[in-house]
Amino acid sequence: MKPRANDPAGPLLASDGVGVGLKHEHADDVLSGGHGIDFFEVHAENYMGDGGPPHHMLGEVCAHYPLSLHGVGLSIGSAGGLDRAHLARLRRLVDRYRPQLFSEHLAWSTHEGRFLNDLLPLPYNSETLARICAHVEEVQDCLGMRMLLENPATYVAFETSDMSEVEFLATVAARTGCGLLLDVNNVYVAGINHGFEPMAYIDAFPLDRVGEIHLAGFAEDRDDENARLLIDAHGTPVADAVWALYRRTMARCGPVPTLIERDNDISPFAALAAEAARAKSVLEAHSRRVLQSAA
Amino acid sequence: MTSLARTQSEFTKSLLDRTMPAPADIRGASRRRADRRFAVYRNNVASGLAQALATRFPVVKRLVGEEFFRAMAHVYATAELPRSPIMLYYGETFPAFIDDFEPARPVPYLGDIARLEMARGRAYHAADVTPLEPDAFAALSSDRLADTRVRLHPSLSIITSSHPIYSIWHMNQDPVRFTPASPWAKEAVLVARPRLKVRTQRITHGDAAFVRALAAGGTLAEAVIAARDAVPAFSAPESLAVLIGARVVIGFGEELGRTQDIYGSIP
Repeated sequence: MKPRANDPAGPLLASDGVGVGLKHEHADDVLSGGHGIDFFEVHAENYMGDGGPPHHMLGEVCAHYPLSLHGVGLSIGSAGGLDRAHLARLRRLVDRYRPQLFSEHLAWSTHEGRFLNDLLPLPYNSETLARICAHVEEVQDCLGMRMLLENPATYVAFETSDMSEVEFLATVAARTGCGLLLDVNNVYVAGINHGFEPMAYIDAFPLDRVGEIHLAGFAEDRDDENARLLIDAHGTPVADAVWALYRRTMARCGPVPTLIERDNDISPFAALAAEAARAKSVLEAHSRRVLQSAA
Repeated sequence: MTSLARTQSEFTKSLLDRTMPAPADIRGASRRRADRRFAVYRNNVASGLAQALATRFPVVKRLVGEEFFRAMAHVYATAELPRSPIMLYYGETFPAFIDDFEPARPVPYLGDIARLEMARGRAYHAADVTPLEPDAFAALSSDRLADTRVRLHPSLSIITSSHPIYSIWHMNQDPVRFTPASPWAKEAVLVARPRLKVRTQRITHGDAAFVRALAAGGTLAEAVIAARDAVPAFSAPESLAVLIGARVVIGFGEELGRTQDIYGSIP
């Protein structure tokens, strides 16, 4: 992996930083400050137009806050190769806005040149592992920075899987040097959907590799046997069960930059800021604990 | 084909064709059937693409209603999956699709409204270029004006229609403040974003013919002739004023004497 050629443009992101997804309708609230939010995250693909208000707003936000760039369209899990043109577009965004974090998903979304616009599940086995590792290395080489790979919310499992998701992610991180984005909501959703204990997943997770946490809300449905099926919908506040899992995760690994994700039914900025403040109080409690144990 | 490629190929086929069963190699929590679970992905794909179109074509959606739009978007998306992960530009062929979409025939202006909204989306994301100040035109000497070519802003689009598309579009933005200028008449629209805000203005069909001739590389004199041929009521001073007022000229091109040299390279 090449070293970073450029330094971040704005202030550095601290381990107890809280962020929210940057929405155009919140631009004035964000830029007027006083909201206690430490960083902002954007979906990379929303800033791949040539110019216009999105770039104007992002430039202003980046002058004052650290940025996390979150890809939703690279299709790292595609059986075919990565889309080089898309990778080059990501590189241009990295060069222009100097994000402190870049993350993508353990998922696929493109098949034979057609973009399916969803994060689709993968079988966890040695063939997928080799493919993902090669793609992660290609991304890190191209962007000149370490990437974070995010655990997905899934609704089905594959008969051809022969390792657990945690084992899979830990191996990718060990082989490629990448970091991990731990989406605590996705852990909870997948735990209910596949019948595992979410905290057991966290206990097994390589927490020393985690560079960012995502928190979001889920929707609820029923599966083929009328059991609960949770959907990673990003359209509601973070659920209490997910907050509880988050607190237990922070107690285990210490503070990690934490983002509140909200992509549908966008709430007023103050409501998002209140959720971020709730995460901040958890992070600060564990920052103090880390400082005390170091003293 | 590798087994991962085969898995993704079968998964994609089942995603897009609702008459097919869920892929054979997927399982739910009890290791049994997972049809309803697979349906979550089917719904995500269908509703995600429809939502992307609804974001880009809000007035089209308003005109036909949520349910009709969703059904129309689903038919379109099934035939025209995105070819790029940049969803900002998804739906470039949606207006032409609407023109041919039989159930939308009772709304004959729907395709042109979609063209207008697509132009607004393109303008929003177009490259930023500072337009010339209006006094740049005053600085051109009158003997050179006729042979001047203009370079136009990358955000500019002209939409002409045989329906009052500007009035229909505008009425669906702010029905309280809008008063129709005339009864049912054909309208043309200029869309551009010279600064940060997308501007949508009604122009005459003569203005439209004039700007289009300029966009095709014609000199001002050639554009006047083209517009007069197309629209007998064309007024050169008025259309020039519209062009200048819209702030869409970003530079002047070749002048007198160079016309023949560059003519072959004009698209």
